[in-house]
Amino acid sequence: MHIFFNICKRDIQLSWSQGSSSSMVVAFFIIVVSLFPLGVGPEQNILARIAVGVIWVAALLSCLLSLDRIFQADFEDGSLDQYALNPLSLEMVVMSKALAHWLTTSVPLILMAPFLGILMNLSNDAFMPLIYSMLIGTPALSLIGTIGASLTVSIRRGGVLLSLLILPLYVPILIFGVISVDTLTVGKGGNASMLILGALTLFSMAITPWAAAASVRMALD
Amino acid sequence: MNTQHTFSATNLSVARGDKVIFEGLNYEINSGQLLKVVGPNGSGKSTLLKTIAGLIHSIEGSISSDDHVITKDRDWISQNLCYLGHKNALKKEFTVFENIEFWASIWGNIDKIVLSMKQMGITYLKDTPVRYLSSGQARRAALARSLCHTAGIWLFDEPTVGLDDQGLSLLSDAMKGHMAEGGMIICATHVDLKIDESMTKTLNLADFSSSNALKTDDW
Repeated sequence: MHIFFNICKRDIQLSWSQGSSSSMVVAFFIIVVSLFPLGVGPEQNILARIAVGVIWVAALLSCLLSLDRIFQADFEDGSLDQYALNPLSLEMVVMSKALAHWLTTSVPLILMAPFLGILMNLSNDAFMPLIYSMLIGTPALSLIGTIGASLTVSIRRGGVLLSLLILPLYVPILIFGVISVDTLTVGKGGNASMLILGALTLFSMAITPWAAAASVRMALD
Repeated sequence: MNTQHTFSATNLSVARGDKVIFEGLNYEINSGQLLKVVGPNGSGKSTLLKTIAGLIHSIEGSISSDDHVITKDRDWISQNLCYLGHKNALKKEFTVFENIEFWASIWGNIDKIVLSMKQMGITYLKDTPVRYLSSGQARRAALARSLCHTAGIWLFDEPTVGLDDQGLSLLSDAMKGHMAEGGMIICATHVDLKIDESMTKTLNLADFSSSNALKTDDW
């Protein structure tokens, strides 16, 4: 188990030292969201209406930006060969890297989301539901993204292909992420959509290790 | 490591895509021996080492240690094989020590770091970030990392690339030390490793090149 956390810690250190790609993801997130008030205009009701959707879409795109670093650098410098031969199974290595990606990408986005909510005139009741839905939904973004990153690792300039592969798979997470904020804010409709969001995260947690490890093995072959 | 072990491949055939790289390959080495893999460029030296490490699957044949077939036995491989490929697997952002320490702790062998860095003559580079190393220094750092592994069998792919004369003799000493302890080494190389001929077996991959491969070349 200590290997699992060592790999995770190393990936976190790398993401903060590699020209600090984590802080760039956060900056991208802020800029994308702040474009909307400029584009849509300062009509407060409209902004409040689209706030949750805009923040979720921006989080999804920011997450996508940082996916290629999960395996790309390790593949290029040969570390992935060593990971495939180390005592910890490749399935667990993949999960440890997905966890590192979530901690370095999604957690900063979740922390930043309330401030962008203010910018988007988000209603006061919606702040906590937004944070809950992101906490429950973003692990699925990192996990599914890990599968995509492992499929495109051996392809040079696989970034665009990665987006095409992954974005359609993000659609359910986006839909239920946004709906769950709305239902929790209004207070009716129960928390069914939140439960479905949680189910999506658990489902991707169950398939990611096998799918991503298998495609990493294929990339190394 | 006190007892004698053998490590062998029987009737091994490997293909990349449609092309058969080599077929019907056999070798056998005992504790304390070096298997030197030679052959022209493209004859499959790296492919053979990766196949032994389990990174590439063979289409036929098996690899075994004593009588135990290791081809699918990942736990055995991770404990008993130490693979070093063309790429050094060093992170540019970290220092030499941090790089070696990461893998040594994964292999559960932190106390060997200092000694192995001394063996490769890179103690003075301990706190230098890898991005400032020359290619020879980086190769030495990668070799020092491999020396931290407790594995009995070393798989080195062109370990001498970039090394100067001093580096080569340090590597040669480390290999002799490993073999004296009963370890085995499988090494793809083109240079003279200055290791006693009686301890060395040579495997020329040109002898196993596939007839199919030749046909495609002619065509």
